[in-house]
Amino acid sequence: MEISRNWRLRYQRYKLEGTKCMDCGNVSFPPRRVCPKCGSENYATKALMPTGEVYSYTLVTSPPEYFESQAPYPVAMVKLDDGPLVSTQLTDVNYDAIRIGMRVEMVTRKLRAYGKNGLIIYGYKFRPEEAKDGN
Amino acid sequence: MSVYIAGIGQTAVSEHWDLSLRDLALDAIVRAVKDAEMDKKRIEALYVGNMLAGELAQQEHLGALIADHAGLLPIEATHIESACASGAEALRMAYLHIRSGEIGCAMVVGVEQMTDVLTPRATVGLAGATDADYEVTHGFSFVAINALLARRYMHEYGVRHEDLALFPVNSHANAVHNPYAMYRNEIDVDRVVKAPKVCDPISTFDSGPICDGSAACVLVNEESMKELGINREHCVEIASSSCATDTLTLSARDAPLVLKAARISADNAYKRAGVEPGDIDLFELHDAFSVMSAMSLEACGFAEKGRGCELAKEGQIRIDGSIPICTMGGLKARGHPVGATGVYQVVECVEQLRGEVGRNQVKDAEIAMAQNFGGSGATVVTHILRRV
Repeated sequence: MEISRNWRLRYQRYKLEGTKCMDCGNVSFPPRRVCPKCGSENYATKALMPTGEVYSYTLVTSPPEYFESQAPYPVAMVKLDDGPLVSTQLTDVNYDAIRIGMRVEMVTRKLRAYGKNGLIIYGYKFRPEEAKDGN
Repeated sequence: MSVYIAGIGQTAVSEHWDLSLRDLALDAIVRAVKDAEMDKKRIEALYVGNMLAGELAQQEHLGALIADHAGLLPIEATHIESACASGAEALRMAYLHIRSGEIGCAMVVGVEQMTDVLTPRATVGLAGATDADYEVTHGFSFVAINALLARRYMHEYGVRHEDLALFPVNSHANAVHNPYAMYRNEIDVDRVVKAPKVCDPISTFDSGPICDGSAACVLVNEESMKELGINREHCVEIASSSCATDTLTLSARDAPLVLKAARISADNAYKRAGVEPGDIDLFELHDAFSVMSAMSLEACGFAEKGRGCELAKEGQIRIDGSIPICTMGGLKARGHPVGATGVYQVVECVEQLRGEVGRNQVKDAEIAMAQNFGGSGATVVTHILRRV
Protein backbone atom coordinates (compact mmCIF):
# COMPACT_ATOMS: atom_id res chain seq x y z
CA MET A 1 0.00 0.00 0.00
CA GLU A 2 2.97 2.31 0.45
CA ILE A 3 1.03 4.38 3.00
CA SER A 4 4.04 6.11 4.52
CA ARG A 5 5.47 6.91 1.12
CA ASN A 6 2.34 8.74 0.07
CA TRP A 7 1.81 10.33 3.48
CA ARG A 8 5.30 11.85 3.32
CA LEU A 9 4.26 13.81 0.24
CA ARG A 10 1.07 15.32 1.75
CA TYR A 11 2.31 18.92 1.82
CA GLN A 12 3.43 18.75 -1.79
CA ARG A 13 0.28 17.02 -3.00
CA TYR A 14 -2.21 19.18 -1.07
CA LYS A 15 -0.58 22.62 -1.00
CA LEU A 16 2.26 22.63 -3.51
CA GLU A 17 4.88 23.05 -0.82
CA GLY A 18 8.32 23.59 -2.34
CA THR A 19 11.49 25.22 -1.09
CA LYS A 20 13.17 28.59 -1.37
CA CYS A 21 16.94 28.90 -1.25
CA MET A 22 17.85 31.33 1.55
CA ASP A 23 21.09 32.27 -0.22
CA CYS A 24 20.17 32.83 -3.88
CA GLY A 25 16.36 32.99 -3.66
CA ASN A 26 15.77 30.18 -6.18
CA VAL A 27 12.36 28.52 -5.76
CA SER A 28 12.09 24.74 -6.30
CA PHE A 29 9.24 22.31 -6.70
CA PRO A 30 9.47 19.47 -5.74
CA PRO A 31 11.40 20.57 -2.61
CA ARG A 32 15.19 20.56 -2.78
CA ARG A 33 17.37 20.35 0.30
CA VAL A 34 20.34 21.32 -1.84
CA CYS A 35 19.73 24.29 -4.13
CA PRO A 36 20.14 23.17 -7.76
CA LYS A 37 21.28 26.70 -8.68
CA CYS A 38 23.91 27.62 -6.09
CA GLY A 39 24.47 24.41 -4.09
CA SER A 40 23.42 25.98 -0.78
CA GLU A 41 21.90 23.71 1.88
CA ASN A 42 20.20 26.68 3.52
CA TYR A 43 16.53 26.51 2.57
CA ALA A 44 13.02 27.25 3.82
CA THR A 45 9.79 25.53 2.86
CA LYS A 46 7.31 27.60 0.89
CA ALA A 47 3.76 26.91 -0.28
CA LEU A 48 3.68 28.02 -3.90
CA MET A 49 0.99 30.09 -5.63
CA PRO A 50 -1.49 27.60 -7.11
CA THR A 51 -1.58 29.28 -10.50
CA GLY A 52 0.43 29.25 -13.68
CA GLU A 53 0.31 28.58 -17.40
CA VAL A 54 0.64 25.56 -19.67
CA TYR A 55 4.23 25.11 -20.92
CA SER A 56 3.48 21.94 -22.89
CA TYR A 57 0.76 19.26 -22.92
CA THR A 58 -0.15 15.89 -24.37
CA LEU A 59 -2.85 13.22 -24.21
CA VAL A 60 -1.99 9.85 -22.66
CA THR A 61 -3.74 7.21 -24.75
CA SER A 62 -1.49 4.27 -23.79
CA PRO A 63 -1.53 4.57 -19.99
CA PRO A 64 0.64 2.92 -17.37
CA GLU A 65 -0.85 0.20 -15.18
CA TYR A 66 -3.48 1.50 -12.67
CA PHE A 67 -4.38 4.43 -14.95
CA GLU A 68 -6.27 2.41 -17.58
CA SER A 69 -9.69 3.51 -16.33
CA GLN A 70 -8.76 7.21 -16.61
CA ALA A 71 -7.35 7.08 -20.17
CA PRO A 72 -7.26 9.05 -22.31
CA TYR A 73 -6.25 11.93 -20.02
CA PRO A 74 -4.23 15.11 -20.63
CA VAL A 75 -0.95 15.74 -18.81
CA ALA A 76 1.11 18.90 -18.88
CA MET A 77 4.10 20.80 -17.67
CA VAL A 78 2.75 23.90 -15.97
CA LYS A 79 4.95 26.95 -15.43
CA LEU A 80 3.95 28.14 -11.96
CA ASP A 81 3.72 31.87 -11.31
CA ASP A 82 6.38 31.34 -8.63
CA GLY A 83 8.82 30.04 -11.25
CA PRO A 84 9.14 26.25 -11.23
CA LEU A 85 7.65 23.90 -13.80
CA VAL A 86 5.38 21.21 -12.38
CA SER A 87 4.40 17.91 -14.03
CA THR A 88 0.64 17.41 -13.61
CA GLN A 89 -2.60 16.17 -15.09
CA LEU A 90 -5.04 18.72 -16.52
CA THR A 91 -8.69 18.32 -15.63
CA ASP A 92 -12.12 19.89 -16.29
CA VAL A 93 -11.04 20.72 -19.83
CA ASN A 94 -11.56 19.46 -23.36
CA TYR A 95 -8.29 18.25 -24.80
CA ASP A 96 -8.86 20.21 -28.01
CA ALA A 97 -9.21 23.44 -26.05
CA ILE A 98 -5.79 23.19 -24.37
CA ARG A 99 -3.16 25.62 -25.64
CA ILE A 100 0.41 26.44 -24.70
CA GLY A 101 0.21 29.57 -22.54
CA MET A 102 -3.28 28.78 -21.21
CA ARG A 103 -3.81 30.05 -17.63
CA VAL A 104 -4.46 27.24 -15.13
CA GLU A 105 -5.04 26.81 -11.40
CA MET A 106 -4.51 23.96 -8.96
CA VAL A 107 -7.36 21.78 -7.72
CA THR A 108 -7.27 18.71 -5.47
CA ARG A 109 -8.42 15.50 -7.12
CA LYS A 110 -8.09 11.74 -6.95
CA LEU A 111 -4.78 10.74 -8.60
CA ARG A 112 -5.09 6.97 -8.43
CA ALA A 113 -6.39 4.09 -6.33
CA TYR A 114 -4.54 0.99 -5.18
CA GLY A 115 -7.17 -1.52 -6.33
CA LYS A 116 -10.79 -1.81 -5.24
CA ASN A 117 -10.21 -1.91 -1.49
CA GLY A 118 -6.93 -0.06 -1.31
CA LEU A 119 -5.63 3.40 -0.61
CA ILE A 120 -6.88 6.30 -2.73
CA ILE A 121 -4.24 8.90 -3.51
CA TYR A 122 -5.30 12.54 -3.74
CA GLY A 123 -3.22 15.41 -5.00
CA TYR A 124 -2.99 18.35 -7.34
CA LYS A 125 -4.26 18.57 -10.87
CA PHE A 126 -4.65 21.80 -12.82
CA ARG A 127 -7.69 23.19 -14.63
CA PRO A 128 -8.35 26.29 -16.73
CA GLU A 129 -8.58 29.31 -14.42
CA GLU A 130 -12.11 30.23 -15.46
CA ALA A 131 -13.54 26.70 -15.06
CA LYS A 132 -15.96 25.98 -12.21
CA ASP A 133 -15.39 23.05 -9.85
CA GLY A 134 -17.56 20.29 -11.31
CA ASN A 135 -17.22 17.65 -8.61
CA MET B 1 46.31 2.68 -21.68
CA SER B 2 44.33 1.74 -24.79
CA VAL B 3 41.23 -0.43 -24.59
CA TYR B 4 39.98 -2.42 -27.57
CA ILE B 5 36.80 -4.20 -28.56
CA ALA B 6 38.01 -7.61 -29.65
CA GLY B 7 34.70 -9.32 -30.30
CA ILE B 8 31.01 -8.52 -30.74
CA GLY B 9 27.78 -10.49 -30.63
CA GLN B 10 24.09 -9.66 -30.95
CA THR B 11 20.72 -11.37 -31.20
CA ALA B 12 18.01 -10.21 -33.57
CA VAL B 13 15.76 -7.72 -31.79
CA SER B 14 12.28 -9.23 -31.66
CA GLU B 15 9.54 -10.53 -29.38
CA HIS B 16 11.51 -13.49 -27.99
CA TRP B 17 8.74 -15.43 -26.29
CA ASP B 18 10.85 -18.58 -26.54
CA LEU B 19 13.87 -17.12 -24.75
CA SER B 20 14.42 -16.13 -21.14
CA LEU B 21 16.63 -13.28 -19.99
CA ARG B 22 19.49 -15.66 -19.20
CA ASP B 23 19.22 -17.38 -22.59
CA LEU B 24 19.18 -14.06 -24.44
CA ALA B 25 22.28 -12.91 -22.57
CA LEU B 26 24.03 -16.20 -23.21
CA ASP B 27 23.38 -16.04 -26.98
CA ALA B 28 25.08 -12.65 -27.29
CA ILE B 29 28.00 -13.70 -25.05
CA VAL B 30 28.64 -16.91 -27.02
CA ARG B 31 28.67 -14.95 -30.29
CA ALA B 32 31.06 -12.31 -28.92
CA VAL B 33 33.49 -14.99 -27.69
CA LYS B 34 33.33 -16.69 -31.08
CA ASP B 35 33.87 -13.40 -32.89
CA ALA B 36 36.95 -12.66 -30.77
CA GLU B 37 38.26 -16.19 -31.46
CA MET B 38 39.30 -16.57 -27.84
CA ASP B 39 38.97 -18.96 -24.94
CA LYS B 40 36.11 -17.76 -22.74
CA LYS B 41 38.00 -18.92 -19.66
CA ARG B 42 40.25 -15.89 -20.14
CA ILE B 43 37.40 -13.47 -19.37
CA GLU B 44 38.14 -11.87 -16.02
CA ALA B 45 34.94 -9.92 -15.33
CA LEU B 46 31.35 -9.63 -16.58
CA TYR B 47 29.31 -6.42 -16.71
CA VAL B 48 25.57 -6.79 -17.29
CA GLY B 49 23.52 -3.81 -18.47
CA ASN B 50 19.82 -4.23 -17.77
CA MET B 51 17.03 -1.88 -16.73
CA LEU B 52 13.85 -3.83 -16.12
CA ALA B 53 14.44 -7.40 -14.89
CA GLY B 54 13.78 -6.36 -11.29
CA GLU B 55 10.53 -4.61 -12.15
CA LEU B 56 9.15 -6.95 -14.83
CA ALA B 57 10.58 -10.36 -13.91
CA GLN B 58 11.30 -9.87 -10.18
CA GLN B 59 14.85 -10.93 -11.00
CA GLU B 60 17.74 -9.01 -9.50
CA HIS B 61 21.34 -10.12 -9.01
CA LEU B 62 21.98 -10.47 -12.75
CA GLY B 63 25.78 -10.43 -12.49
CA ALA B 64 26.09 -13.80 -10.78
CA LEU B 65 23.02 -15.21 -12.57
CA ILE B 66 24.41 -14.63 -16.04
CA ALA B 67 27.99 -15.50 -15.10
CA ASP B 68 26.62 -18.83 -13.91
CA HIS B 69 24.51 -19.60 -16.99
CA ALA B 70 27.26 -18.48 -19.36
CA GLY B 71 29.72 -20.86 -17.69
CA LEU B 72 31.89 -18.02 -16.45
CA LEU B 73 31.88 -18.74 -12.69
CA PRO B 74 33.65 -17.75 -10.47
CA ILE B 75 34.68 -14.49 -12.20
CA GLU B 76 33.75 -11.07 -10.89
CA ALA B 77 30.33 -10.07 -12.23
CA THR B 78 28.04 -7.12 -11.63
CA HIS B 79 24.82 -5.54 -12.86
CA ILE B 80 24.67 -1.90 -13.97
CA GLU B 81 21.39 0.01 -14.10
CA SER B 82 21.06 3.53 -15.52
CA ALA B 83 17.62 3.24 -17.17
CA CYS B 84 17.94 3.07 -20.98
CA ALA B 85 21.64 3.93 -20.69
CA SER B 86 22.37 0.73 -18.73
CA GLY B 87 24.06 -0.92 -21.72
CA ALA B 88 26.53 1.87 -22.49
CA GLU B 89 27.17 2.41 -18.79
CA ALA B 90 28.04 -1.30 -18.40
CA LEU B 91 30.49 -0.90 -21.28
CA ARG B 92 31.96 2.18 -19.63
CA MET B 93 32.43 0.34 -16.32
CA ALA B 94 34.34 -2.42 -18.13
CA TYR B 95 36.41 0.23 -19.94
CA LEU B 96 37.25 2.01 -16.67
CA HIS B 97 38.22 -1.20 -14.89
CA ILE B 98 40.52 -2.20 -17.75
CA ARG B 99 42.02 1.29 -17.77
CA SER B 100 42.63 1.00 -14.04
CA GLY B 101 44.91 -1.96 -14.70
CA GLU B 102 42.91 -4.24 -12.40
CA ILE B 103 41.74 -6.51 -15.24
CA GLY B 104 42.84 -7.20 -18.81
CA CYS B 105 39.80 -8.79 -20.45
CA ALA B 106 36.12 -8.12 -19.77
CA MET B 107 32.77 -9.22 -21.17
CA VAL B 108 29.95 -6.68 -21.44
CA VAL B 109 26.40 -7.78 -22.15
CA GLY B 110 23.29 -5.66 -22.45
CA VAL B 111 20.08 -7.65 -22.19
CA GLU B 112 16.38 -6.87 -21.92
CA GLN B 113 13.25 -9.03 -21.94
CA MET B 114 10.21 -6.71 -22.09
CA THR B 115 7.50 -8.66 -23.91
CA ASP B 116 6.71 -11.20 -21.18
CA VAL B 117 4.34 -8.60 -19.68
CA LEU B 118 1.42 -6.59 -21.06
CA THR B 119 1.99 -3.05 -22.30
CA PRO B 120 0.60 -1.16 -19.24
CA ARG B 121 3.04 -3.12 -17.03
CA ALA B 122 5.98 -2.42 -19.34
CA THR B 123 4.86 1.24 -19.43
CA VAL B 124 5.14 1.44 -15.64
CA GLY B 125 8.58 -0.14 -15.80
CA LEU B 126 9.85 2.29 -18.42
CA ALA B 127 8.44 5.22 -16.46
CA GLY B 128 10.91 4.21 -13.75
CA ALA B 129 13.41 6.28 -15.76
CA THR B 130 11.70 9.40 -14.44
CA ASP B 131 10.51 10.57 -11.00
CA ALA B 132 8.21 7.98 -9.43
CA ASP B 133 6.81 10.34 -6.78
CA TYR B 134 6.23 13.41 -8.94
CA GLU B 135 5.46 12.08 -12.41
CA VAL B 136 4.52 8.40 -12.41
CA THR B 137 1.97 8.84 -9.59
CA HIS B 138 0.34 11.50 -11.78
CA GLY B 139 -0.12 9.04 -14.64
CA PHE B 140 2.92 10.07 -16.69
CA SER B 141 4.35 7.50 -19.07
CA PHE B 142 7.79 7.86 -20.59
CA VAL B 143 6.19 8.49 -23.98
CA ALA B 144 4.13 11.30 -22.43
CA ILE B 145 7.29 13.01 -21.24
CA ASN B 146 8.77 12.89 -24.72
CA ALA B 147 5.50 14.10 -26.20
CA LEU B 148 5.63 17.16 -23.91
CA LEU B 149 9.12 17.79 -25.20
CA ALA B 150 8.13 17.25 -28.84
CA ARG B 151 5.19 19.65 -28.62
CA ARG B 152 7.24 22.38 -27.00
CA TYR B 153 10.06 21.84 -29.52
CA MET B 154 7.62 22.17 -32.43
CA HIS B 155 6.05 25.24 -30.81
CA GLU B 156 9.29 27.11 -30.12
CA TYR B 157 11.11 26.34 -33.35
CA GLY B 158 8.21 26.22 -35.78
CA VAL B 159 8.98 22.59 -36.62
CA ARG B 160 6.26 20.39 -38.15
CA HIS B 161 5.57 16.74 -37.44
CA GLU B 162 6.52 16.10 -41.07
CA ASP B 163 10.02 17.42 -40.33
CA LEU B 164 10.54 15.20 -37.30
CA ALA B 165 9.13 12.22 -39.24
CA LEU B 166 12.23 12.24 -41.46
CA PHE B 167 14.17 10.59 -38.63
CA PRO B 168 12.09 7.39 -38.36
CA VAL B 169 11.94 7.27 -42.17
CA ASN B 170 15.77 7.22 -42.20
CA SER B 171 15.99 4.62 -39.44
CA HIS B 172 13.56 2.28 -41.22
CA ALA B 173 15.40 2.66 -44.53
CA ASN B 174 18.65 1.59 -42.83
CA ALA B 175 17.06 -1.32 -40.97
CA VAL B 176 16.00 -3.00 -44.22
CA HIS B 177 19.53 -4.40 -44.66
CA ASN B 178 20.20 -5.23 -41.00
CA PRO B 179 19.41 -8.91 -40.29
CA TYR B 180 19.26 -8.12 -36.55
CA ALA B 181 16.67 -5.33 -36.90
CA MET B 182 13.09 -5.70 -35.72
CA TYR B 183 11.40 -3.66 -38.48
CA ARG B 184 12.99 -4.27 -41.86
CA ASN B 185 10.48 -2.27 -43.89
CA GLU B 186 10.60 1.18 -45.40
CA ILE B 187 8.08 3.81 -44.33
CA ASP B 188 7.33 7.33 -45.57
CA VAL B 189 6.54 10.62 -43.86
CA ASP B 190 2.82 10.25 -44.47
CA ARG B 191 2.75 6.93 -42.66
CA VAL B 192 4.46 8.47 -39.60
CA VAL B 193 2.19 11.50 -39.26
CA LYS B 194 -1.04 9.59 -39.94
CA ALA B 195 -0.30 6.68 -37.59
CA PRO B 196 -2.30 6.44 -34.35
CA LYS B 197 -0.96 8.64 -31.56
CA VAL B 198 0.63 7.06 -28.50
CA CYS B 199 0.78 10.49 -26.87
CA ASP B 200 -0.09 13.39 -29.17
CA PRO B 201 1.98 14.46 -31.17
CA ILE B 202 4.04 11.25 -30.90
CA SER B 203 2.69 8.53 -33.18
CA THR B 204 3.49 4.83 -33.09
CA PHE B 205 6.10 5.49 -35.80
CA ASP B 206 7.89 8.20 -33.77
CA SER B 207 8.62 5.78 -30.97
CA GLY B 208 10.94 2.81 -30.50
CA PRO B 209 9.13 -0.51 -29.89
CA ILE B 210 8.77 -2.62 -26.75
CA CYS B 211 10.95 -5.62 -27.57
CA ASP B 212 13.58 -8.13 -26.45
CA GLY B 213 17.25 -8.41 -27.32
CA SER B 214 20.85 -8.73 -26.21
CA ALA B 215 24.24 -7.57 -27.42
CA ALA B 216 27.75 -8.19 -26.13
CA CYS B 217 31.34 -6.99 -26.49
CA VAL B 218 34.70 -8.40 -25.39
CA LEU B 219 37.06 -5.68 -24.16
CA VAL B 220 40.82 -6.15 -23.84
CA ASN B 221 43.93 -4.12 -23.16
CA GLU B 222 47.05 -4.36 -25.33
CA GLU B 223 48.65 -7.00 -23.15
CA SER B 224 45.62 -9.30 -23.11
CA MET B 225 45.18 -8.87 -26.84
CA LYS B 226 48.66 -10.37 -27.32
CA GLU B 227 48.33 -13.02 -24.61
CA LEU B 228 44.99 -14.24 -25.91
CA GLY B 229 46.24 -14.36 -29.49
CA ILE B 230 43.58 -11.93 -30.67
CA ASN B 231 43.95 -10.59 -34.20
CA ARG B 232 44.74 -6.87 -33.90
CA GLU B 233 43.26 -6.12 -37.33
CA HIS B 234 39.93 -7.38 -36.05
CA CYS B 235 39.92 -4.94 -33.11
CA VAL B 236 38.43 -1.48 -32.76
CA GLU B 237 39.85 0.99 -30.25
CA ILE B 238 37.67 2.77 -27.69
CA ALA B 239 39.12 6.23 -28.28
CA SER B 240 37.09 7.76 -25.45
CA SER B 241 34.26 7.15 -23.04
CA SER B 242 32.31 9.66 -20.98
CA CYS B 243 29.18 10.01 -18.88
CA ALA B 244 27.24 13.09 -17.73
CA THR B 245 24.00 13.53 -15.82
CA ASP B 246 21.04 15.90 -15.65
CA THR B 247 17.78 16.07 -13.69
CA LEU B 248 15.44 13.08 -14.07
CA THR B 249 12.44 15.29 -14.82
CA LEU B 250 12.27 17.83 -17.62
CA SER B 251 10.31 20.04 -15.24
CA ALA B 252 13.40 20.54 -13.10
CA ARG B 253 15.45 21.91 -16.01
CA ASP B 254 15.94 25.59 -16.81
CA ALA B 255 15.84 24.88 -20.54
CA PRO B 256 14.02 21.60 -21.20
CA LEU B 257 14.77 21.83 -24.94
CA VAL B 258 18.52 21.69 -24.41
CA LEU B 259 20.06 18.30 -23.66
CA LYS B 260 22.78 19.68 -21.43
CA ALA B 261 24.15 16.31 -20.31
CA ALA B 262 24.35 15.17 -23.94
CA ARG B 263 26.40 18.25 -24.79
CA ILE B 264 28.76 17.79 -21.83
CA SER B 265 29.09 14.05 -22.40
CA ALA B 266 29.86 14.59 -26.11
CA ASP B 267 32.27 17.47 -25.46
CA ASN B 268 34.23 15.36 -22.96
CA ALA B 269 34.28 12.45 -25.40
CA TYR B 270 35.57 14.68 -28.22
CA LYS B 271 38.23 16.17 -25.96
CA ARG B 272 39.43 12.82 -24.61
CA ALA B 273 39.62 11.33 -28.12
CA GLY B 274 41.22 14.45 -29.58
CA VAL B 275 38.56 14.84 -32.27
CA GLU B 276 35.87 17.31 -33.30
CA PRO B 277 32.30 16.75 -34.49
CA GLY B 278 33.53 17.12 -38.09
CA ASP B 279 35.78 14.07 -37.62
CA ILE B 280 32.89 11.72 -36.79
CA ASP B 281 32.09 9.48 -39.77
CA LEU B 282 28.90 8.01 -38.31
CA PHE B 283 26.81 8.63 -35.20
CA GLU B 284 24.62 6.05 -33.51
CA LEU B 285 22.36 8.39 -31.56
CA HIS B 286 19.51 7.65 -29.16
CA ASP B 287 16.44 7.93 -31.42
CA ALA B 288 13.97 6.52 -28.87
CA PHE B 289 11.64 9.29 -30.14
CA SER B 290 11.93 11.39 -33.29
CA VAL B 291 12.44 14.61 -31.34
CA MET B 292 15.40 13.06 -29.51
CA SER B 293 17.25 12.64 -32.81
CA ALA B 294 16.93 16.35 -33.60
CA MET B 295 17.93 17.38 -30.09
CA SER B 296 20.91 14.98 -30.02
CA LEU B 297 22.31 16.38 -33.24
CA GLU B 298 22.01 19.85 -31.74
CA ALA B 299 23.56 18.91 -28.39
CA CYS B 300 26.53 17.16 -30.01
CA GLY B 301 27.49 20.06 -32.24
CA PHE B 302 26.12 18.91 -35.60
CA ALA B 303 23.30 21.48 -35.82
CA GLU B 304 22.30 24.80 -34.27
CA LYS B 305 19.55 24.87 -31.63
CA GLY B 306 16.19 24.07 -33.23
CA ARG B 307 17.81 23.16 -36.56
CA GLY B 308 18.35 19.41 -36.15
CA CYS B 309 15.65 18.57 -38.71
CA GLU B 310 17.50 20.58 -41.39
CA LEU B 311 20.18 17.87 -41.52
CA ALA B 312 17.47 15.30 -42.19
CA LYS B 313 15.83 17.46 -44.86
CA GLU B 314 19.18 17.90 -46.64
CA GLY B 315 19.82 14.15 -46.58
CA GLN B 316 22.92 14.62 -44.40
CA ILE B 317 21.86 11.88 -41.97
CA ARG B 318 21.72 9.18 -44.65
CA ILE B 319 24.46 6.57 -45.14
CA ASP B 320 26.03 8.76 -47.86
CA GLY B 321 25.48 12.06 -46.00
CA SER B 322 27.90 14.16 -43.96
CA ILE B 323 26.76 12.68 -40.62
CA PRO B 324 25.06 9.31 -41.11
CA ILE B 325 22.94 8.37 -38.08
CA CYS B 326 21.18 5.16 -36.98
CA THR B 327 23.01 3.35 -39.75
CA MET B 328 21.61 -0.07 -38.84
CA GLY B 329 18.10 1.12 -38.01
CA GLY B 330 18.59 2.89 -34.69
CA LEU B 331 16.31 2.46 -31.69
CA LYS B 332 13.27 3.06 -33.89
CA ALA B 333 13.73 0.24 -36.39
CA ARG B 334 16.52 -2.04 -35.14
CA GLY B 335 14.57 -1.84 -31.91
CA HIS B 336 15.07 -0.58 -28.36
CA PRO B 337 15.43 -3.42 -25.82
CA VAL B 338 16.26 -0.71 -23.32
CA GLY B 339 19.14 -2.05 -21.21
CA ALA B 340 20.71 -3.68 -24.29
CA THR B 341 20.46 -0.68 -26.61
CA GLY B 342 23.73 1.01 -25.65
CA VAL B 343 25.65 -2.18 -26.42
CA TYR B 344 23.84 -2.65 -29.77
CA GLN B 345 24.89 0.88 -30.74
CA VAL B 346 28.54 0.14 -30.04
CA VAL B 347 28.36 -3.27 -31.74
CA GLU B 348 27.03 -1.53 -34.86
CA CYS B 349 29.83 1.06 -34.74
CA VAL B 350 32.33 -1.81 -34.60
CA GLU B 351 30.69 -3.51 -37.61
CA GLN B 352 30.90 -0.24 -39.53
CA LEU B 353 34.55 0.36 -38.63
CA ARG B 354 35.44 -3.21 -39.60
CA GLY B 355 33.65 -2.62 -42.92
CA GLU B 356 31.25 -5.53 -42.53
CA VAL B 357 27.79 -4.13 -43.15
CA GLY B 358 27.41 -4.37 -46.92
CA ARG B 359 24.81 -2.00 -48.31
CA ASN B 360 24.73 0.07 -45.12
CA GLN B 361 28.49 0.59 -45.11
CA VAL B 362 29.61 4.17 -44.45
CA LYS B 363 32.49 4.60 -46.90
CA ASP B 364 35.98 4.79 -45.37
CA ALA B 365 34.58 4.95 -41.83
CA GLU B 366 37.44 5.62 -39.40
CA ILE B 367 35.74 7.18 -36.39
CA ALA B 368 32.29 6.37 -35.02
CA MET B 369 30.36 7.80 -32.09
CA ALA B 370 27.61 6.15 -30.02
CA GLN B 371 25.49 8.06 -27.53
CA ASN B 372 23.07 6.31 -25.20
CA PHE B 373 20.47 8.12 -23.04
CA GLY B 374 18.95 7.08 -19.74
CA GLY B 375 15.62 8.87 -19.36
CA SER B 376 15.22 12.16 -21.23
CA GLY B 377 18.96 12.69 -21.34
CA ALA B 378 19.34 12.36 -17.54
CA THR B 379 22.22 9.91 -17.95
CA VAL B 380 24.18 10.30 -21.17
CA VAL B 381 27.01 7.93 -22.05
CA THR B 382 29.13 8.65 -25.12
CA HIS B 383 31.71 6.41 -26.74
CA ILE B 384 34.01 7.31 -29.62
CA LEU B 385 35.49 4.33 -31.47
CA ARG B 386 38.41 4.32 -33.86
CA ARG B 387 39.54 1.85 -36.50
CA VAL B 388 42.89 0.29 -35.56
